[in-house]
Amino acid sequence: MRFNFTDEQREFRSVVRRFLEDKSPSSEVRRLMQTDAGCDGEVWRDLSRDLGLTALHIPEVYGGQGFGISELAIAIEEMGRALLCAPYFASTVLATTAILKAGSDVQKRALLPDLAAGRTIAAFAFTEENGRWDHGGVATTATRIGDKYRLDGVKSFVVDGHTASTVVVLARRPGSAEADGLSLFTVRGDAAGLQRRRLETMDQTRKLARLTFSAVEAELLGAEGAASGPLQATLDIAAICLANEMVGGAERLRESAVEYAKMRVQFGRAIGSFQSLQHKAADMLLDVELAKSAAYYAAAAADEGDDELPALASLAKAAASEAYMQTAIHTVQIHGGIGFTWDNDTHLWFKRAKSSEVLLGDSAHHRERLMRLWNV
Amino acid sequence: MTDALADSVRAEVRAWLNENWDPNLGLVAWRNKLADSGWGTPHWPKQWYGRDLPVGLVPIVEEEFERVGAVGVAKMGIRTLAAATILAHGSDLHKERFLRRILTGEDTWCQLFSEPGSGSDLAAAMTRAERRGNRWVVNGQKVWTTSAHRADYGLLLARTNVDVPKHKGLAYFILEMRQPGVDVVPLRQMNGHASFNQVFFTDAEVAPEFLVEQDSDGWKIATTTLMHERRGADSMRSFPKGSERPERIYREVAREIAIDLEPYKWYPQRAGRVDLIIERARETGRNADPVVRQEIAKLLIMARCAEWTARRARAALQQGHPGPEGSLGKLAASYVARAANRVHTMISGADAMLTGNDSPMNGVIAEILVSTPAISIAGGTDEIQKNIIAERVLKLPKEPRFDADRPFRDVPKNALPK
Repeated sequence: MRFNFTDEQREFRSVVRRFLEDKSPSSEVRRLMQTDAGCDGEVWRDLSRDLGLTALHIPEVYGGQGFGISELAIAIEEMGRALLCAPYFASTVLATTAILKAGSDVQKRALLPDLAAGRTIAAFAFTEENGRWDHGGVATTATRIGDKYRLDGVKSFVVDGHTASTVVVLARRPGSAEADGLSLFTVRGDAAGLQRRRLETMDQTRKLARLTFSAVEAELLGAEGAASGPLQATLDIAAICLANEMVGGAERLRESAVEYAKMRVQFGRAIGSFQSLQHKAADMLLDVELAKSAAYYAAAAADEGDDELPALASLAKAAASEAYMQTAIHTVQIHGGIGFTWDNDTHLWFKRAKSSEVLLGDSAHHRERLMRLWNV
Repeated sequence: MTDALADSVRAEVRAWLNENWDPNLGLVAWRNKLADSGWGTPHWPKQWYGRDLPVGLVPIVEEEFERVGAVGVAKMGIRTLAAATILAHGSDLHKERFLRRILTGEDTWCQLFSEPGSGSDLAAAMTRAERRGNRWVVNGQKVWTTSAHRADYGLLLARTNVDVPKHKGLAYFILEMRQPGVDVVPLRQMNGHASFNQVFFTDAEVAPEFLVEQDSDGWKIATTTLMHERRGADSMRSFPKGSERPERIYREVAREIAIDLEPYKWYPQRAGRVDLIIERARETGRNADPVVRQEIAKLLIMARCAEWTARRARAALQQGHPGPEGSLGKLAASYVARAANRVHTMISGADAMLTGNDSPMNGVIAEILVSTPAISIAGGTDEIQKNIIAERVLKLPKEPRFDADRPFRDVPKNALPK
């Protein structure tokens, strides 16, 4: 279903939207973004246990619901719309997908049921201080000691890495380079030798952390030296989910801009009656709808095993990055002076647009990747 | 609609085609059979050359036609808009007189709406129609009229009353083009083609029974015609392709297509020819330039997104959940064409200064570079599209206007052309 949703999917969306309108009004976003954890435990329990959102794309044999990326994308689009403060992207999208793509059957049976139930919150530590989104930037080493491994290095920009009880870590065999020698590991959040520091983020609704590993004992996830494929597959799914999260936020901003333009009066008329503003509003609708088409198409393609998936993931991420940021800029502009104040909610989404623009690679990165994948 | 109905329609059309389809028939003779049986326009009323089938079942009938290579009714050009308008608003006399020959392709139609003084603001048309005795007499000028030089009939918007507000004094006529009072002169465009015409009326005549509507309803019908036109203008637009098969009817269709498509031969270039971008970048080596690669990617992303959005709009309509995406196709096509022009220029470099056989691809690239400005103007400018999106889709308040509530004679107008 690349061009429409089923009735079930539409119903699912409206359930998630109602839940988030109730649990994540902007007053809650503002309260939680100032906390260290950036999440309300009760809301997390409800979304896991009552709605089963943490279990969506996990197969039933591992305690999940057995839905696809399309359903995951719907949930996260709604979370982007509501700007939900929760480790959903870190745990359910990134870490869970990494385990699904890389783990052995035994490991999946051990790890996934708790993730599905929301009892475990995991993070995925793959980027380092160089901020590169590909495997070439990985310097953290994994040294084999008996049947265990020892991790040394620094991971950065780790989404919700400071609170996760389990961390999936990307590291390499000492002396290896690029795609060679990469492996994934799991580490307990309170492991000896692991230092975690929350970074000060411009977007306070998405927490990032720096993790320093000094001889930290780790369990291998999947096969040794074979992480390159699962890593890329995980990042493609994550990029598609992020694109859907972004179009959700962009649509919310676009709607708020139109509402404000209908209400705000200057020169004796609603500013929405001025053509300069009407035309901007029409362009905003076009920007958001085009990006939505790519995000939806890519999510459906992921469920259909499309060979073009890596290209579609980059296409959707690049389109959403541009559309969300442009929408945020226009929304501040349409609000005028009030749009630049802390009290107005626009900046919350503006900052999420900015952090999402670069998370997992900015649009220039994904456009170049797309050109390579299309053999241009 | 049920699968059972779909199956029975499929069986019925298949049996009818088995019995009747013959590629050695003449084109008009075959299309008369389609009109008589209703299989050419199955969603039309039974009484008027149709079978009263739901529109959703038309693709099934088309599939069966395609399966045996059967030719359909004439569909190119303004005749489809004429048929839709006559079907919805015409009298029985109009239906009797015009519909069959529209379907057979024997009659060609044109649309006499735009004027030199009223493009976006069509309701400001100044061409006058006055009642003299038992005839309507028309004086004025129309422009951008495709196929006027070979049209048999025109859909005419003309002013009958200047003492009422602009939207209330217009009438909608069917005008016979082949008469002494009608002069057709080609209009040359900035890309060198002359795909359109100017049409001058000097005491041209219309019989009273060819008035379709007047007063407020004349304008109302014109807007439905325009809506049909815009609907056909998104990125889904495609042109018919002939068959290479040797039988008589295919040769006749090929001739018809060649004539009908003549004015549109530069339209693919108008849309920007995104399909040529990668091939051109490789052949010029510009695919090695990281800046050009970024611009190519931006364009291809926008083009794919526009295509998917058009398909979403279509799916939503079929599912009965039409959303805002349905009104964006034309605007998206404009933006894609403009971006394609920029990227073709980057790729071509100095060659972008040349035209004709000295320019890349024997002039195709040059034709792109001077044709894309048309797409954001024709069939409703980008600015009008945005007004429509803002006011009708986003429900933003209308801009105050100064022409709608006073007699048309008091509204400021463009100077008459010399």
